[in-house]
Amino acid sequence: MSESRQRIWAPIMILVVLVFLWEALVTAFNIQQFLLPKPSSIAGNLVQVVVLDGSASRGDSDAELSLDNGFIVLLSGELTPEVWATMQEARWLEFGLGGRSVSVLRGSNLTPILAASWFTLKEALGGMAMGTLAGVAVALATTRWSATREALLPFAIAANSMPIIAFAPIMNNWFGIDNPFSKMAIVTVMIFFPIMINTLRGLISVDSRSLELMHSYAASDSEILFKLRIPNALPSLFSGLKVAGALAMIGAIVGEYFGGPRIALGVFITQEAALFRFASAWAAILVACLIGITIYLVILFAERLALPWHPTFRA
Amino acid sequence: MTKPVVVLENVDMIFGEGAADQVHALKEIDLQIEQNDFISLIGPSGCGKSTLLRVVGDLIQPTSGMATINGKSARQARLDQDYGIVFQAATLYDWRTVAKNVQLPLELMHFSRTERDRRTQAMLELVELTDFAAHYPWQLSGGMQQRVAIARALSFEPSILLMDEPFGALDEMTRERLNLELLNIWRKTNTTVLFVTHSITEAVFLSTRVIVMSARPGRITADIAIDLPQPRNAETRSNVRFFELETEVREALRISEGGQESNRAPA
Repeated sequence: MSESRQRIWAPIMILVVLVFLWEALVTAFNIQQFLLPKPSSIAGNLVQVVVLDGSASRGDSDAELSLDNGFIVLLSGELTPEVWATMQEARWLEFGLGGRSVSVLRGSNLTPILAASWFTLKEALGGMAMGTLAGVAVALATTRWSATREALLPFAIAANSMPIIAFAPIMNNWFGIDNPFSKMAIVTVMIFFPIMINTLRGLISVDSRSLELMHSYAASDSEILFKLRIPNALPSLFSGLKVAGALAMIGAIVGEYFGGPRIALGVFITQEAALFRFASAWAAILVACLIGITIYLVILFAERLALPWHPTFRA
Repeated sequence: MTKPVVVLENVDMIFGEGAADQVHALKEIDLQIEQNDFISLIGPSGCGKSTLLRVVGDLIQPTSGMATINGKSARQARLDQDYGIVFQAATLYDWRTVAKNVQLPLELMHFSRTERDRRTQAMLELVELTDFAAHYPWQLSGGMQQRVAIARALSFEPSILLMDEPFGALDEMTRERLNLELLNIWRKTNTTVLFVTHSITEAVFLSTRVIVMSARPGRITADIAIDLPQPRNAETRSNVRFFELETEVREALRISEGGQESNRAPA
């Protein structure tokens, strides 16, 4: 019990310490935000915590105080009508704390970043679905007809070591730069090989005794496929999926770096960087990272559901 | 007299025939196994015991000669699902629970669900693993896994049980207990058993006949009837006749190893 708690808390502590160090060092050495923004200003693009002290009130348009992009903003005195309006509109929750009023607000870039993330996530998932289907289908076919395996495998291995992302501009050209399918196509090609190779390995690396056992029961080829080869391939299919999950977000975002609709995450990141709004570019990257981790965790969870027998999950 | 279960006539098995490194695994094998026999194959490593077992089970086809099982070809017997097989490794499917592993042949043979459950239950009782029905193979010890493999092999009541060193990887204590258990099962189920082993003691204890084979090319050099009283139990092991038969098998093995007997003093 305490050991498993330690496994969860130790990395979280390290993360917290690192973020504080980052914040402190950037502040102490006065590092320019285009080199490295403070974590607090990155986070401020997504969420803001506004603390109003007792003297804060709605003022006229000449009032000086405004919301900057910090994570925690302390305000007192008179607020401009714009700030006041934003606070009403973007407020998630509000509570009092020691005579002050604390409001948690949506950050100014949260809405565009989430919209862009959703757009890009759909591209990544679409590509993953197509790449997985294609990879599994080809693996099954090459298991069934071993002649195709001999012919295809060298290409698969060669293709696996190619920088497929380099084809992104070509795909943009083929399918149209604003068409999400151009990014799905890149993702499909990127993840096809890890899925195919892993699945194929699982399908053909069947213990020879297990096969003899099937033969002794006079099992048909399709029974051998469904009762032996496919269950045997599931663990390696899942290791392929974990690789693919990481590749899918990379493929979609980098594909968008070469051009895409304004609402795409990769386009958002390049535009914000071009306009020197690095904190918001970093915020978008942070969200992309969180999505990548979430995809990985979902696959891990699905693996546990699908393979309750697997010795990896020994309690 | 009932029809013999297994008849091998002049079986030869040559791997990689014609190649420079061809292996003559079996030579001129003639063997007849009657209903309810418990036959052990024993011989030096690489003498083709397992190959012979695979020929009987139609997992490989002999280069020449005939294998007739229950009056039909070995292939037909395999298609008719006459064989239950147990290997040295339990060869359970990791993704199936113990009960599901036992059911595997029953599923392939399209038994009804109720019949599958009934037989699985009965088999697990037979090998005393009822409490472990829902466990996965990795949760079991080696001996328990092997008992599941035996239950699986017997679940569909095959007419012949082929066992390839099934207890070879187990410790001595477990092996002796499983030997007794196997004899019990054999008596209850009226199966014919073909059993490959390295152990003289095990062969004599279990068998009605012990077939001694020579090293490559594998030939049958002795066929020793084991006339120990049935049912056998722990006391059988201290029977004087048991020791005599052990010695007889040991001698036959020594002779089959060829040429070496002249170097040794007579026992």
